[in-house]
Amino acid sequence: MTATTADGLPAAPAADTAPAAPATAAGLVVENVTVSFGGLSVLDNVSLTSSTGEIVGVIGPNGAGKTTLFNVICGFVRPQEGRVVWRGKQLRHHHPYDLASLGIERTLQGVGLFQGLDALDNVLVGAAPVARSGLFSALFGLWPSSREERRLRDQAMEALDRMGVAEYAARMPSTLPYPVQKRIALARALVSQPALVMMDEPASGLSASDISELAELLGALRSEMGVLIVEHNMDLVMATCDRIVVLDFGKVIATGVPDEIRADPVVTTAYLGEAVESEPADARD
Amino acid sequence: MKLPRWLRLPTQPLLRHLLLAVAGGLVLYVITLSVSQYDNLELAEIGWYAIAIAGLSVLTGVNGQISLGHGAFMAVGAYSAGLMMEHFDLPLIVPVLVAVGAAAVIGGLVGLPATRLKGPYLAGVTLALAFAVQDLPNKFSSLFNGDQGIIVNPPTPPGTVPAERWLAWITLFGAVVGMVILANFLRSRFGRSLRAVRDDEIAASAAGLNPARLRVLTFAVSAAAAGLAGGLFALWSGIVSPDSFSLFLSIQLLAGMVIGGSGSLIGAWWGALALVYIPEWTQNVSGHFNLSAGVKANMQNAVFGLLIIVIMMLAPSGIQGWLRSLWSAIGRLARRSKGDSDQAVAPLTSTPSPERISP
Repeated sequence: MTATTADGLPAAPAADTAPAAPATAAGLVVENVTVSFGGLSVLDNVSLTSSTGEIVGVIGPNGAGKTTLFNVICGFVRPQEGRVVWRGKQLRHHHPYDLASLGIERTLQGVGLFQGLDALDNVLVGAAPVARSGLFSALFGLWPSSREERRLRDQAMEALDRMGVAEYAARMPSTLPYPVQKRIALARALVSQPALVMMDEPASGLSASDISELAELLGALRSEMGVLIVEHNMDLVMATCDRIVVLDFGKVIATGVPDEIRADPVVTTAYLGEAVESEPADARD
Repeated sequence: MKLPRWLRLPTQPLLRHLLLAVAGGLVLYVITLSVSQYDNLELAEIGWYAIAIAGLSVLTGVNGQISLGHGAFMAVGAYSAGLMMEHFDLPLIVPVLVAVGAAAVIGGLVGLPATRLKGPYLAGVTLALAFAVQDLPNKFSSLFNGDQGIIVNPPTPPGTVPAERWLAWITLFGAVVGMVILANFLRSRFGRSLRAVRDDEIAASAAGLNPARLRVLTFAVSAAAAGLAGGLFALWSGIVSPDSFSLFLSIQLLAGMVIGGSGSLIGAWWGALALVYIPEWTQNVSGHFNLSAGVKANMQNAVFGLLIIVIMMLAPSGIQGWLRSLWSAIGRLARRSKGDSDQAVAPLTSTPSPERISP
């Protein structure tokens, strides 16, 4: 029942269409995670779930613990209490580079493209978790490795094409405008066809029209994978997310569909302030 | 410049690099036939320098790790090959392969701490390695024969081939085979991963690459190339002693890499040419002008220093990088004369057109 608004944006899904994912089906479960740095509580008993078919947004004011939560899932930060479960298995002592092979890809704040590689090679690096050819084959330039290379190259071109930036495949990142670079980074995260993609501030540095295009792209991913967005930009979160988790001072202060969040007085005072009233997304509904 | 299809190299890495190697090998073969035996010894020297520099180039240029002690990996290769040849009577390929393997193992071990060390700290560790390796032969004098070193009998050439030419063939063949393997490696997903780790470690691990493991792998591959160079060096010099692997050798390899173009395998050959011919040339010049012994001894250092400064200022990517930009400039000129220069490059708007976005 996702109605389309006048300007072509998919409207935020209404409360009754948001899938109520049962805990067993959830891909990612963050359970009662607590993190404190030297007595300062950064995350306090935070829980959230994410599964295929749903876009979850984590929002909150600066210093609310969004990035720390992201880092706990990625393995950069170990929680003092609580656990992170992926497909029914607890992630314990995992390293940031383990996630991709488990089917969790992520995009970084900013762009994070490899400046010495062209756009296509950047995306090909993202195909690392699905590459199987061995070192021996690579050293001797044998066919198992070159055949796989050709296949991955096609997949990478497809990923670029899907993001609408295939024509820049041979360009170096530094010669491309910022929004194009962001799309290449997104293609890199998607090329291995992950089950969950986590995005750290995907809208930062983008113009309003870029953001609405991004919202459209993210909407198209919903059926294929889970999407977890940590974001400041309310336009993007309100337009795409099925469920929003609001953090403030390390605590979850609200969870719900965009309409509920927008109407929640606790959220309004903690974070959104009067911006909710003047939120352009409001006008679209 | 777009070449016609039949002139383009195959994309399959082994075919591509073998084709290049055969072409380059033929050129080298003709040169060895037409030059003096003294020149053949210098060609052999170019061979082991080139593969050593190429290995260093993979480590520094491609993976962004520095090594001030690459001469030490050459020492590992030279001593392993030398000891093998001293104690066993085996076909030449065996001691050379042992040299490659031993250096790869030592390189991997040195690479382990390197995964946690960056920049000046890694430079420090490898510098220590360069010093340590000079003292080991004295410490274990009974095995390595101390300062005297190990004598390596020159390989016996078949038929009427002069010994010097035979040595040049062996060394250049070894170097070219090593280059083919390095080129395959760089063109594979591993080569791409090394560059990714060099450029942005966090993004690389987000993409599922294990930076530490890739660093160790690079160290091992790079040291293996140095080990091959060491094995070839042992054959070329006829003696393996601590003097040959001073810190100066490691610095020379670095200089050769910078001059040729760091990260480029072809550049390694330019670097090797510079390392062999600049000292020779400065000797000739100072001899010609009857310069004093002090000037004579230091002139090559001065020329090297000057050359590196000039290259850093005018062509930071070395001779090979400069040649490459020259080539693409020629390509641009050729296109312009045909009048299709603007169409060759995709037009760039600030945002991609919305209709290209799949829903």
